[in-house]
Amino acid sequence: MSILIDRSTPVIVQGITGKMARFHTKDMLAYGTNVVGGVVPGKGGETVEGVPVFDTVEEAVAETGAEASLVFVPPPFAADSIMEAADAGIRYCVCITDGIPAQDMIRVKRYMWRYPKERRMVLTGPNCAGTISPGKAMLGIMPGHIYIQGNVGIVGRSGTLGYEAASQLKELGIGVSTSVGIGGDPINGSSFKDILERFEADDETHVIAMIGEIGGPQEAEAAEYIRDHVRKPVVAYVAGLTAPKGRTMGHAGAIISAFGESASEKVEILSAAGVTVAQSPAHIGETIASVMQ
Amino acid sequence: MDIHEYQAKEVLAGFGVAVPDGALAYSPEQAAYRARELGGEKWIVKAQVHAGGRGKAGGVKLCSSDSEIHAAAEGMFGQKLVTHQTGPEGKGIYRVYVETAVNIAREIYIGFVLDRTSQRVMIVASGEGGMEIEEISATKPESIVRTSVEPAVGLRDFQCRQIAFKLGMEPGLVQHMVRTLQGCYRAFTELDATMVEINPLVVTGDNRILALDAKMTFDDNAMFRHPQISELRDKSQEDPRESRAADRGLNYVGLDGNIGCIVNGAGLAMATMDTIKMAGGEPANFLDIGGGATPERVAKAFRLVLSDKNVQAILVNIFAGINRCDWVAEGVVHALREVQVDIPVVVRLAGTNVEAGQKILAQSGLPIIRASTLSEAAERAVGAWKNDLAQATRVRAVV
Repeated sequence: MSILIDRSTPVIVQGITGKMARFHTKDMLAYGTNVVGGVVPGKGGETVEGVPVFDTVEEAVAETGAEASLVFVPPPFAADSIMEAADAGIRYCVCITDGIPAQDMIRVKRYMWRYPKERRMVLTGPNCAGTISPGKAMLGIMPGHIYIQGNVGIVGRSGTLGYEAASQLKELGIGVSTSVGIGGDPINGSSFKDILERFEADDETHVIAMIGEIGGPQEAEAAEYIRDHVRKPVVAYVAGLTAPKGRTMGHAGAIISAFGESASEKVEILSAAGVTVAQSPAHIGETIASVMQ
Repeated sequence: MDIHEYQAKEVLAGFGVAVPDGALAYSPEQAAYRARELGGEKWIVKAQVHAGGRGKAGGVKLCSSDSEIHAAAEGMFGQKLVTHQTGPEGKGIYRVYVETAVNIAREIYIGFVLDRTSQRVMIVASGEGGMEIEEISATKPESIVRTSVEPAVGLRDFQCRQIAFKLGMEPGLVQHMVRTLQGCYRAFTELDATMVEINPLVVTGDNRILALDAKMTFDDNAMFRHPQISELRDKSQEDPRESRAADRGLNYVGLDGNIGCIVNGAGLAMATMDTIKMAGGEPANFLDIGGGATPERVAKAFRLVLSDKNVQAILVNIFAGINRCDWVAEGVVHALREVQVDIPVVVRLAGTNVEAGQKILAQSGLPIIRASTLSEAAERAVGAWKNDLAQATRVRAVV
């Protein structure tokens, strides 16, 4: 089993009629993802790439049995769309949108907590590249061909840095069970810890790679979880060694504002928890290979 | 986005937070005139810059006459104020704020922040106002009171009262404190702030609560719905390279090194900087040109990076995911033909159609130094910079 998605998971795309969403819908279908529909208010009845468009997520779920959703809705309306998915019974939502106001995300997270755990939607992102289980399904904007199927679970904030890691693994002939992007925003859906928990329980994942960066408490929180609960080997890399304090480095959440948020402090915290840390981003693949011996 | 103290006070006053009487001035003469308009016997002249620590740096002066105000303001205008938050280059003073001095009985710290652990708004308060919060948490951590706000119901009055009583405020002042905290919280949530700090919030000799200083930072992602706040942006307080980048839709942070970086994606951009450092160099900037990496964006990026005179070599690192390396390579060649570049340029392409991309670079006739891996790219960029490569490897202007 892979985590979060598999070959049969029925997927809808919110905001499917936008240029970027159309492009990636086509790409996901070509990869073999079971895309069953899309949602754009007022465009119900149309079709995009051969899949039907609905006015509401509720309707899309009723008609197609969709379980997962990919959100491409523009930032001013994206938070509302995530809440609509949570309310309609979507089980897993990936939000690609970059630029959602932080306070909208606070409301989204609070809204999701209204539902009892067994009915609560899992969210990854926003501002992420998505999730892929190579050879099975792709829910995102990544280039599928750089991943080969295998047993390394990847969780990271950054899109292109995640691609870098995956292609280093491919060079070494190492495959990936699932790669999950949790996004670069300060208030996000699933944390590193949430995804680590799933990888630890996943039979197909033998090694976990965690790609963090400066800013926020989630790498430190993950370190504590790894120390106490993770038995599988974990390799990490933390980007931003040269980033100055108090400056936002591209991702809204990549800013060192408190103790423990710099790259060197995070490396120290992760190492102390027994994580093998790749010192350079050029050595992520090799480091993973070394713990697989 | 940051705003000035006087702007933050005006914003907060609109939400019921009491502030001292004050007025803005653009010249020493105007500063003296403003003080006469305000009345009173003592005034504070405060340099308006986007940085804390102004008092210690000489940006805040207590004056008791026209001539003192004139002299204080004259000493500030046009100068660079260097505080521990500005960096060594300092920030220019082009506006001063003149305020009626108040009789201070007690100083309190209050701050509102987005707490990433609880993913909620958190209020941080301390009875040790006047000091910076980092200093308070280092020397008097026990004085800090933290209160988390449940987003569904907002800040409750009882939470404000708890804060007031924990800070040991007199019962007669508690209601004022509730109004102040509620005003800050409303300003924070209604205007999409990411930080509101009042330090110090003072209790005056005549038992009033006033915000003596105020700092607000706003969420750039939410400015589309607050045009009145976007208007408050002051470019004189920004790094000119960064303002220029922001106007061109590029994500740039200027640093002190000499190897310029052009990368797609924020995480890969940080990782590229790290690799340069490990190879023995210093990155000159962070620059994320976004997923697209179109020829126009690449050209813009070259111009921006070259506008930093410290840059002595450029490293381009593009992971072509959705787009293709051949297309990115064409963009790089196009940009190099268009922009005058006379320093070593190292290009590393990875991802889709990488061979075709390398071929385009090789056949361009431009002395581009190619690299296939991240570490090779960093080593070559640092090597090219250190050796100050021979003329032959330099890219010259091709018109």
